[in-house]
Amino acid sequence: MTELATSPAAADEAPAVEETRGLWVDGWADLRRRPRFWIAAALILVLLLMALAPSLFTSVDPAVGELSRSRQPPGDGAIFGYDLQGRDVYARTIYGAAPSLAVGFLATLGTMVIGSLAGLLAGYSQGWADSLLSRIGEVFAGLPFVLGGIVILTSLNEPGEIVGAQELVFQVVLTIVVLTWPVAMRIMRAAAIETAQQDYVKAARALGAGPFRIVLRHILPNTLAPVLVYGAIQFGVFIGAEATLSFLGIGLRDPVVSWGVMIAEAKDRVQDIPWALFFPAGFLVVTVLAFVMMGDAVRDALDPRGR
Amino acid sequence: MAPLLEVEDLRVEFGRGPETASVLNGVSYHVDEGETLAVLGESGSGKSVTAQTVMGILDLPPGRITGGAVRFRGEELLGADPERRRLLRGESMAMIFQDALSALNPVYTVGFQIAEQFRFRRGLSRRDATARAVEMLDQVRIPNAKQRVKEYPHQFSGGMRQRAMIAMSLALDPELLIADEPTTALDVTVQAQIMDLLDELRRERGMGLVLITHDLGVVAEVADRIAVMYAGRVVEHADAATLYARPGHPYTRGLMDSVPRVDDVAGAPLRPIPGLPPSLAAIPDGCPFHPRCAHAVDRCVTEVPALRELGGDHQAACHFAERFVAEGTDRPTTHEVVSG
Amino acid sequence: MTSPILSVRDLVKHFPITRGVLFRRTIGHVRAVDGVSLDLHPGETLGVVGESGCGKSTLAQVLMRLIPPTGGTATFEGEDLFAKKGAALTAWRRDMQIVLQDPYTSLNPRKTVGDIVGEPFDIHPEVAPKGDRQRRVQELLEVVGLNPEHIRRYPHQFSGGQRQRIGIARALALRPKVIVCDEPVSALDVSIQAQVLNLLGDLQREFGLAYLFIAHDLGVVRHLCDRVAVMYLGSIVESGSAEDIYRRASHPYTQALLSSVPVPDPSLRGRREAIRLSGDVPSPADPPSGCRFRTRCPKARPVCAEEPPALEVRAATDHPAACHFAEPPHLVRSE
Repeated sequence: MTELATSPAAADEAPAVEETRGLWVDGWADLRRRPRFWIAAALILVLLLMALAPSLFTSVDPAVGELSRSRQPPGDGAIFGYDLQGRDVYARTIYGAAPSLAVGFLATLGTMVIGSLAGLLAGYSQGWADSLLSRIGEVFAGLPFVLGGIVILTSLNEPGEIVGAQELVFQVVLTIVVLTWPVAMRIMRAAAIETAQQDYVKAARALGAGPFRIVLRHILPNTLAPVLVYGAIQFGVFIGAEATLSFLGIGLRDPVVSWGVMIAEAKDRVQDIPWALFFPAGFLVVTVLAFVMMGDAVRDALDPRGR
Repeated sequence: MAPLLEVEDLRVEFGRGPETASVLNGVSYHVDEGETLAVLGESGSGKSVTAQTVMGILDLPPGRITGGAVRFRGEELLGADPERRRLLRGESMAMIFQDALSALNPVYTVGFQIAEQFRFRRGLSRRDATARAVEMLDQVRIPNAKQRVKEYPHQFSGGMRQRAMIAMSLALDPELLIADEPTTALDVTVQAQIMDLLDELRRERGMGLVLITHDLGVVAEVADRIAVMYAGRVVEHADAATLYARPGHPYTRGLMDSVPRVDDVAGAPLRPIPGLPPSLAAIPDGCPFHPRCAHAVDRCVTEVPALRELGGDHQAACHFAERFVAEGTDRPTTHEVVSG
Repeated sequence: MTSPILSVRDLVKHFPITRGVLFRRTIGHVRAVDGVSLDLHPGETLGVVGESGCGKSTLAQVLMRLIPPTGGTATFEGEDLFAKKGAALTAWRRDMQIVLQDPYTSLNPRKTVGDIVGEPFDIHPEVAPKGDRQRRVQELLEVVGLNPEHIRRYPHQFSGGQRQRIGIARALALRPKVIVCDEPVSALDVSIQAQVLNLLGDLQREFGLAYLFIAHDLGVVRHLCDRVAVMYLGSIVESGSAEDIYRRASHPYTQALLSSVPVPDPSLRGRREAIRLSGDVPSPADPPSGCRFRTRCPKARPVCAEEPPALEVRAATDHPAACHFAEPPHLVRSE
């Protein structure tokens, strides 16, 4: 196991090459060059700041309503106007960021992590683990979302029970994750099955690579793209799903304010007070856009063929 | 009389700006009735793009025809009325592809797909069209044709599928058949059957056959004339016997020296062509082959060689073609040992 | 003759054909490899030729321990290959490596060339100390004729022939004694194919490798192989030295195969004997009784349907062929 025959010159004055870098380092280097990434990152940063420190953006209490100011259009004092109960739409939109983002982010993370793990396991192992996970997934995916949401949330809380904001956010996230992870699993499973058949997996096995190495180094990086895209799109869908639960009275509710709650409240009075719908919906759209852009940029950066 | 098909100085580009790939850089060849022209080249040489341009099935964009002419029996096809070209396809010229499985629609029976042509282009009834489809399958030597018309493409083996493709393309009696790597996906025993079949059909019908392939063996067995393509140009053209015995272009010579043959004497070394074919976005100046050519001199770097007439119907695009023709090939084979 | 480094006896690999979603039941078996025996000696090249579906790639995968065998035995340097487990199996993998056919799918598109060629050292850290790995990888790239400065490039930046060289460098990294080449040049253009074949030949001389060379192209096998085994429907029908097979083929299938290969010489047109087989290869799920080739064989007689011919040397031949009527061919008809 000594020297491989090579011209001595090449061995001595080894060309000045940097260490070989991995996908993630190269991907990050590529990401930094993409304007799309920086725009998305800036937007997400502002949104995060809004969620963590709403008082930086407004000093108005979002819960205080003065009926005398009901339905006042945007103008003096309140740049986004007032809603039906005379509450400041701007302040409510700012304070609504935290629960909305929390639900969107945690639910996306939850579905993607659980779905991907299950999908990788099912797709790589095939056999009985695959059958078992696929059948379990079908049971959950078969539940209609609204029905499933009612069942889960009403069994967690007694009707009329007062639940803290954090606990409620957690419950909503749990509901969404439980009902949607099979979709992420199916995407991951299909991608993993396809990748596992590639010759480079065969070559790695012939080298003696263990299952962990194969899954982490070969399968996961090549299956991440479709799940990332799915996650970025689902982010917005989940914030919407939270609104649906709120509308049914089983999701987030007063005094917790979220964009979903605001949209649900305002949607019957669109002609009357359009600004009460327009502003939270606009923030939601921008947020979703920012995450879709981010997902897109990350996906492209992780594909060396696109560079 | 005008040849059946004449391609003259055809130029095609893909893409725009600095990324522009010059895929065809002045391709000329012609085919007469009843003869086989082999277009020999490696991937990226432009052999398939030429065929697709002739058939009018090249995707434009991204492709762009920037010059040249394609004439069928003297009629100019580039810029002709699309309806006229559509009529010519199938009726006058047809094409078969390497991958017969993806060229056949999996949800219809083979018979239905052949009969379709008779129904829509000849106005035959369903019954008559099916009868003609059975006839066609018979003609391409598919055993038990009456039963097999009712089967789906996936029930056919690779060789049978290629036969069905041939039946389909010949249904309307075209005068010209372009076969794009028709046997590349097939096993060698099946390849031999299909090549025999194509040769027989060409003779029976007196049609012109353009055989596009990378396989020097297949070419040697069936071609009357051969056009060798490299980097979007025809670099050499000759009749089969001349080309193999006295190649005038070092690329042709290099191909012959690098192909492993079953009749090689034991231990005979291969002499590969060094390097890689050029990127079509950055074709070298001068002779496109000069970076890989062992005989290149300064002139090859600066001056694009024109096709030089070498006597008979033999041309090669090399400044020193006469010298290479005089040298001939020198590869020892067991066949020579046996018969010589 | 030295003792074989790899010795295979009666190897069988059947794939079950299953139906049903919830309760899978087996309704038949694809007999991909059905009783193959062969010996590979150190430093030699054994060619395994056959058409698609003959089981040659399955044979490679079973021998690489990528899929389990159904039956039969194999020994590597005298040790039972199929009994190896855990650390012994991992250690054995250093001695036997594989080069795969498709240079486009055999390299992970998201890893750099340095990572791909260096992965063997990650899996077998005892082979090269960590600080030494980059130098080793660069040496390997140089050995296979690539620019060692390109370790940070990704596979898509290379042509098909260069990718195949990367695959060869990966297989070579652990300095194996045997490399299984599974159609290593069939995806390459003629001019590139010759480069890679010459490279394989050079590496064999330099490192004393033994190749199990699996291919469908008889010309390619002619060039690289010392001995050749011809497979049809899961079994070896003829085996012998390259000269035995190419000059004195005695099984009708080998003869037909050789006569079907087009020779790049127009002057031989019409002068070579053309044996054309009719029909297609039968399904390996339902092979013919007796001799498996009999359905396409020009020489078939009733006995062929009843009695499977053994792979053995017969009266008229000097090397083993599995045909009751094995006899040497008539060579090229002279003018």
